Amino acid sequence: MNIVVCVKYVPDAQSERAFTEDNTTDREGVDGLLSELDEYAIEEALKIAEAGEGEVTVLTVGPDDAAEAVKKALQMGADKGVHILDEAIAGSDAPATSLVLAEAIKKIGSPDLVLTGMASTDGTMSVVPAMLAERLGLPQVTFASELTVEGEGVKIRRDGDSSTETIESSLPALVSVTDQINEPRYPSFKGIMAAKKKPVETWGLSDLGVDAGQVGQANAWTAVLETTKRPPREQGEVVADEGDGGTKLAEFLAAQKFV
Amino acid sequence: MAASEDIAELSAMVRQFADDQIAPHAGQWDRDKHFPVDVLKAAGELGLGGIWVAEDVGGSGLTRADGVRIFEQLATACPTVAAYISIHNMATSMIDTAGTQEQRERWIPGLASMGQLASYCLTEAGAGSDAAALRTTARAVDDGYMLDGAKQFISGAGTSAVYVVMARTGGSGAKGVSAFVVPADAEGLSFGANEAKMGWNAQPTREVVLDGVHVPADHLLGEEGQGFAIAMRGLDGGRLNIAACSLGGAQAAFDAALAHLRTREAFGGPLIEQQSLQFALADMATKLHASRLMLHDAADALDAGAPGASATCAMTKRFVTDSCFEVANSALQLFGGYGYLWEYGVEKIVRDLRVHQILEGTNEIMQVVLARSLVKGRR
Repeated sequence: MNIVVCVKYVPDAQSERAFTEDNTTDREGVDGLLSELDEYAIEEALKIAEAGEGEVTVLTVGPDDAAEAVKKALQMGADKGVHILDEAIAGSDAPATSLVLAEAIKKIGSPDLVLTGMASTDGTMSVVPAMLAERLGLPQVTFASELTVEGEGVKIRRDGDSSTETIESSLPALVSVTDQINEPRYPSFKGIMAAKKKPVETWGLSDLGVDAGQVGQANAWTAVLETTKRPPREQGEVVADEGDGGTKLAEFLAAQKFV
Repeated sequence: MAASEDIAELSAMVRQFADDQIAPHAGQWDRDKHFPVDVLKAAGELGLGGIWVAEDVGGSGLTRADGVRIFEQLATACPTVAAYISIHNMATSMIDTAGTQEQRERWIPGLASMGQLASYCLTEAGAGSDAAALRTTARAVDDGYMLDGAKQFISGAGTSAVYVVMARTGGSGAKGVSAFVVPADAEGLSFGANEAKMGWNAQPTREVVLDGVHVPADHLLGEEGQGFAIAMRGLDGGRLNIAACSLGGAQAAFDAALAHLRTREAFGGPLIEQQSLQFALADMATKLHASRLMLHDAADALDAGAPGASATCAMTKRFVTDSCFEVANSALQLFGGYGYLWEYGVEKIVRDLRVHQILEGTNEIMQVVLARSLVKGRR
C-alpha cells in the first residue's frame, strides 16, 4: 500500500496571525508549523503502512519554511518527502493548489491512497481534498473519523450532526480524515535522528509541467478585497443574584434564544 | 562526546510531550498518589526508557549531555515523574554496561520501551549514606544465589518488573557487595506499604523484602564483589539527572512566579514593578543559570570519562539541588498566600524538590565525595 499524505505548513494558530499588504496570509512574520489537522492524516497513514507493507510519502506545497512540515512528518515516521517550491505559486487559491498537488502526485507515482487532513488550520476551507480527488479522477471519501482498509477497498465512518454514515470505496481513493480518527504520535528520539537521512525531493512548476499562468495570486479565481481585525471581545453581562438570579438567568437565555 | 547535534529538537519534543501529557495532570497525580504507568509507557515509546543505552537492545544511544537537557524539560511538567524516569534509566543502564550480551538482550528491550519498569535497590533501613554497610546477603547455592534482607525507600517498588539489588556475597565493606537482577515474580519477594511522603507522590516508595529469594547464577551482574562499584557508577549519572529534575522544576516555579508578578496588582500597580521583588527574580535567574552551566559541564565530564568526574558530579548535585530548592521556595514566597495552595502548583514543586537534597547520596555525602578527592589531591 503506497500512500501519499498532503500536508500544509501554516502560521501557528497560537501566535498573533496577520495578513500581508496584498491580503494574503503572513507567512514570514509569525512562527509556522505543520498544520495540526494534518498530523491525523500522517498518523493514519503510518498506522496503515505499519500494519502491512508500503511506503508513506509526504507532500507539501509552500515556501522554503514549508520544508519544516515535511521534516516533522518524516520525524513521525513517513518514508520520504516531496516539497513543491516555486515563487510563482505564492498566493495560489484552492483550485491552483489542487492542480499543483495533483500533478505532483502523478509524478510521485500511482498511490493506492491519498490522505489529507479535514482542513488547514489557516484557511479552514476543506475544499482542496475534494478538488484534488476530482483532478486525479479518484473517489473522494471525506471527513473520515474511522478508516479501515479491507481487501481492495476502504471503509470509513463519517459522523454527521444527526446520523453516522458508513462509506465504502474501491482503491485507489482519496480520504480526508478528521481530528477524531486517532491520536497522532510524537516523533521519537530515533524518529528525529532518522529523519535527517530520509530522502526529500524539491520540485518546481517546470518539473510538474504546470504553467506559471495557471497558479499564483494573479491567476486566482477568488481575490481577498480587504480584511478586518476581529473586534476585541466585550465584557459580558453580570447578573447580581438578589434572590431572583435563576429567573434572570433563564430570561437571559430565553432572550438569546438559547432555550 | 557532547550533546548531540539534534539535542534542540529532541528537547523540544520532550517539552511538548511533557506539556501535553504530564503537566495538565501533575497536580492530580500528586494528590491521588497516582503512578502514571501508561504515560511512562508512552515516554518509553519516544526513547526515554534507555536514553544512554546502546541501540542494539532498543536504547536511544544518547549522551549524558543530552540526558541532563532532556530531564530538565521533562521536570518542568513534574519533577517526580521525571525523577522516576531517571531512576529507571539508571537501573536499566547498569544492566546495559555491566551485563553480558545475553543479559542485555534478555532484559533491556522491555525496559527501554518502558513496557517494563526497573527499580534500583541499594539503601537499607540501617545503611543509607553508609551504603557499603548493607546487610542484605546473597548466599551461593548449587544453581545460583539465595537472597535475604530488606531494601528501604525503593522507587517503583511493587510495580517494577525488574529489581537491581545490591547484596553481600563476601566480607564486610564495599568489596563484598555484588549486584543482582531480581525479577518481580521471584518467589520470596514482597513489598511494604506505599510510604506517606512530603512529596514525590506520583511514584510509589516501598520497602522491598527478600525472603529466601532464589535467582539463577546468570542473574549476577558483572562478577562477585563488583556490585558496589557498579552501583556507584550508576549514581554518578543518576545524580546529574536528579539535579536536572531540580532545575526543570525550579524553572517552572520561576516562570509561574514571573507570570504571577506581571498580573498581580498591589500598591497601585503590577507587583513586578516592586524593586525588592525584581532583586529576588534576579537572584533566582542567576541560580538557574549557574545550575544549568554546572550541569552541562559535569555531563560533559562524565561523557568524556574525565578523571575526577565523580567529584564534579557530586559538587554539581549538591549545588544544583540546593540552589534550585531555594529558587522554588522563593517562587512560593513571591506567590504570597496563593503559593501555599496546592491548586497553584508551586508548593508541590517545593515539596518534590526537597527530597533531591537527600536522595542519590545526601548533599552532605556529596561534600564527603568532593572533599575526599580534594584531600587526595585529585583536583
